[in-house]
Amino acid sequence: MQKRPSWQVILLWAIPLAFLAVFFYQPLVAIFRLVFSERFRQGWQLFRWTQVSKPLGFTLYQATLSTLLTLVLGLPAAWLFARFQFKGRKILRTMTIIPFILPTVVVATAFNTLLGSRGWLNLGLMSLFDLSSPPLRVLNSMGAILLAHVFYNTSIVIRMVGSSLSRLNQNLPAAAQSLGASPWKAFKEVTLPLLMPSILSATLMVFLFDFTSFGVVLMLGGPQFSTLEVEIYNQAMSRFNLPVAGLLSIIQLIFTLLLSAMINRVNQPRYGKSAIASERSGLRKAKTAWEKAFVIFMIVTLLLLMVTPILSLVTRSFFTFEAARGERGELQTGFTLRYYRELFFNREGSLFYVPPIAAIRNSISYASITMLLATVLGLLAAYAIHYSGASGRFLEPLFMLPLGASSVTLGLGFLIVFGSSLLTQGRFQALIPIAHALVALPLVTRTILPALRGIPENLRLAAKNMGANPLRVFREVDLPILFRAIAVSLLFAFTISLGEFGASSFLSNVAMPTIPVAIYRYISQPGALNYGQALAMSSLLMLVCVLGSLLIEHLRLPGEEMF
Amino acid sequence: MIKKVLLTLITVALLLVACTPKSPADPQAPQEPSVLNVMTHDSFDITAELMTRFETENNVKVNIIKGGDTGSALNRLILTSTTGAQEADVFYGLDNTFLSRALENDIFEPYNAPALSKIDARFKLDPKNGGLPVDYGDVCINYDKAWFADKGLDLPDSLEALIDPAYKGLLAVENPSTSSPGLAFMMATITHFGEEGWLDWWQQLKANEVAITSDWETAYYTNFSGSSGKGPQPMVVSYASSPAAELIYAEVELEESPTASIVADDACWRQIEFAGILKGTKQRAMAEKFIDFLLSKDFQEDVPMQMFVFPVLPEAQLPEGFVKGSQIPEKPASLDPALIAEKRDAWVEQWVELMLDN
Repeated sequence: MQKRPSWQVILLWAIPLAFLAVFFYQPLVAIFRLVFSERFRQGWQLFRWTQVSKPLGFTLYQATLSTLLTLVLGLPAAWLFARFQFKGRKILRTMTIIPFILPTVVVATAFNTLLGSRGWLNLGLMSLFDLSSPPLRVLNSMGAILLAHVFYNTSIVIRMVGSSLSRLNQNLPAAAQSLGASPWKAFKEVTLPLLMPSILSATLMVFLFDFTSFGVVLMLGGPQFSTLEVEIYNQAMSRFNLPVAGLLSIIQLIFTLLLSAMINRVNQPRYGKSAIASERSGLRKAKTAWEKAFVIFMIVTLLLLMVTPILSLVTRSFFTFEAARGERGELQTGFTLRYYRELFFNREGSLFYVPPIAAIRNSISYASITMLLATVLGLLAAYAIHYSGASGRFLEPLFMLPLGASSVTLGLGFLIVFGSSLLTQGRFQALIPIAHALVALPLVTRTILPALRGIPENLRLAAKNMGANPLRVFREVDLPILFRAIAVSLLFAFTISLGEFGASSFLSNVAMPTIPVAIYRYISQPGALNYGQALAMSSLLMLVCVLGSLLIEHLRLPGEEMF
Repeated sequence: MIKKVLLTLITVALLLVACTPKSPADPQAPQEPSVLNVMTHDSFDITAELMTRFETENNVKVNIIKGGDTGSALNRLILTSTTGAQEADVFYGLDNTFLSRALENDIFEPYNAPALSKIDARFKLDPKNGGLPVDYGDVCINYDKAWFADKGLDLPDSLEALIDPAYKGLLAVENPSTSSPGLAFMMATITHFGEEGWLDWWQQLKANEVAITSDWETAYYTNFSGSSGKGPQPMVVSYASSPAAELIYAEVELEESPTASIVADDACWRQIEFAGILKGTKQRAMAEKFIDFLLSKDFQEDVPMQMFVFPVLPEAQLPEGFVKGSQIPEKPASLDPALIAEKRDAWVEQWVELMLDN
C-alpha cells in the first residue's frame, strides 16, 4: 500500500475501468433495465422463490466440492511442476492446459469413449472380471460434473500457484530448517504463508468458474442438475421469462461480488518483500524415496485424469470403427486420415463450410488480440489496485465481476447496446476478442497482483535514486519479477479465447468462423464422417493450443537462463 | 531474444488481423449493393453458388446472422425489436412449436408470396401469411438396425409399446426445455395420448428407465448405439432424415443406412419451418425477393442436402441419396398452433417436474 500521487493512480484506474464500463457495465445495465421494464412484467406471475433457492443451493454445493477436489489435485501438481525436473515435464505441463480450450460437447464424447457404458474402462473391467453389464456409471451423474470441473480447472491452480512457487526464495525455508525447524514446520510456517495469496487467488478463480458452469452441468451432468447459469439460460432462452432470468443473474453477480470481497479480506499480504528470489529455476531431480514416490504418483495421476481423455480423442480422430457397425461382434479398426482429408473438402458446396486453415487463422487472430488486450488491461488494473491501498482492495471485486456475469445476460446486453449503432449489419467481430478479454481480465489481474505485491518497494526506490525514470524502473525492477506472472497471464488469455468462453456465442460469428464454430458445425449433424471431422477439428484445436502455449512459455527475458 | 519473440508474436497477430477478408468493394458494380440481414438458426446452410447468384441478380449482400437454435434466435429478435436495435429484415427457420410465440409478439409483416398458391394448405399455419412455410421434417425415434437384429428383438410398433419392459433402458430422449427435437417429441406424445393421458405415459416411460439428455448432440453421439459414438441406447429421438445423413456421410459406402426411423402413427412430430419479413424493415422490396427466393425451385431443391429437410414446394425434385435413406411417416403428429401457444410452457414445466425432479 505504497502511496503514489493520486493523479497517477487515477490514471491507472481510468483505462481498465473505462473498458469495463463500456463493454461490461453498460450492456449489463441496459439488459437489466429492459427485462425489469413494464413490458415483461407478466413473467413474475409464475415466479416462486424455489426457482432461485434450488439452483443456488446446488450451484454452491457443486462449486464447493469441485473447487476442493481441484485443489487436492492442483496444489501437489503445482508443486511437482515448480520443484522437480523429470523427463517429459514440459510436455505434461503443457497438456494440462488443453482441457481449458475444449468445447464441452467434445469433452463429453471424450469421457464417453473412456468412461461410458461401452467405453474402454468399462469394457476392460467387464472382460477382466467377466461381468455381463458395465460396472461403472459415471456419466450423467454428480461424479461426471466433479470430474469434468477438475479436468477443466486444475490448470488454473497449476499455473497461478506454480508461478508463485517458482518466484519463492527457497533460501527462506532452507534457513528455517537450518535453524532447527522440521521440513513440515518450515513448510507450514514459511512456505505456505508466502504462497497463500496465490492459493487464495486460484481458489477464487476456480470457484467462480465452477460457480458459473454451464456446458459441463448441462451435457455431462445431464438434465436433472441445474445451476444458476443453466437456469438463467432456461428462463431467458427457452421460457422467455426475462425478469426471472434477470433476477437470477443479479443473484449470481451478488454472490460473485461477495466471494471476491471475502477472499480479499483473507488475502492480506503480510510477508512478501524479502521472499522474492531472483528469477531462477528451483528445479531439481527427485532425490529421496518419498520425493520419487511423490513424483511418480503425481505423473500417473495427471496422466490418468488429464491426458488419457485428450489422447483418446486424438486417437479416435485417426481411427475408424466403421466396419464394426454392420457386422457387430467383429470389431474391425483401422488407421485413417480420412477425417482430416475430408476437412479440406466442401462436399456439398455449402456456404457455411469452414476451411480448416481459415478457422485456425481466425482462432489465432482472436486469441492474439485477446491476449494483448487482457494482459495490458490486467497489468494496469493490478497496478491501480496495488497503489490504491485500502480503497484498491475495496474496488478490486469490480474487476472480478465479469466472471460472475451469465453469458446469456451479457450476450443479450451486447446485442441491445451494440446491435444497431456501433457495429451494424451483424458485424460483431471486434466485439469477440473484447468479450473474451472480459473473461480473461479477472484471471490476469489475479495472476499479476500477488507477484506485484511481492516486489520490495526499496528496490524501486533504489533504482529511482540512481536516476531511473518510471519506465526504466518498470523495465529493470518490476518486469523481471513480474515476468512469469505475465507469461501465465498471456497463456490464460490466449486459451480462454481459443476455447470461446463467455458471451461471444451471442455475437454472430459467420464472417470469421473459428475452430470451435467448425467443430459445432460437424457435431450437430448425424453421420460417421461428421463425427470424425468434429474430432479431427478438435485435435487441430489442441494442436494450436499446444503450439501457442509452448511459444508463450518460451518467452524469456534477456539474460534469463533457459530451462 | 525476448524482444524478438514478442515482436514476432505481435507482428503475427497484427498480420493475421490485417489479412482477414474485409469484403472488398467491387469497382465494377454499378452501385453499392444494399444489405439484407437475415436471422436464422445455427443449422442454416445453402449451396454457396446459389446464394451468390441471388446476390448478383439483385445487387444485394445477404448478411446471415446465426442466432443459436430456433428459440434463441426468435427471443433475440423479440428482445432487440423492443429497443429499436432490430437486427434483421427476414427471419428464416422458425418452426411450428415456436410459431405461436412469434405471432403473439407480432414480429412479422404479412406477405402473400406468389408461390404460396402451389403449397399444400396443411403447411400454412399462419392465416395472415406473416410466417410462410419453407420446409419440413419429422422428428422421429431412430433405431440401431444391427442392435435389434442382433438381439432378435422386435421393434416397438407404437408409442404404447415403448413402455413394455422388453425395451427397458433402450431409449434416449432430449429434455424439451433445452432441446427442440425434445420439445417436438413431447408434442407428439401429447397429440397421441391427449392432454389427460400423456403424463401417465411419460411416468411409465420413466419407470422403464428412459435416458434423458439436455441436447441432441449428447443424445445422438454419446447415448445412441447406432451413431459413431456407440452409446448404450439403441433408440434415440432424432430426425427422420438422420438415417439418410448416416448414409450420405458414411465413411465407407454403405448399401443401406445403419439406422432407421420408427414411423408409427403419431410417433413422429412434423416440424414445419417458416420464414417471414420482420416488422419495421427498411428493405421490404428486397425482403420479398428473398422470400420468393426461398420458395423458388432452386432453393427448395437445395434444402435436402444442405439441411436434411424436405421442401414444401411440390415441384421440387428430391436428390436420390436423400430419398434412399429417408422415411416419411404416414400420420405424423401435429397440434393446433393456438393450443401450443397457450399450453407450451405449462406442458414443459409439467414434463420437467415429472421427469427430472427426484
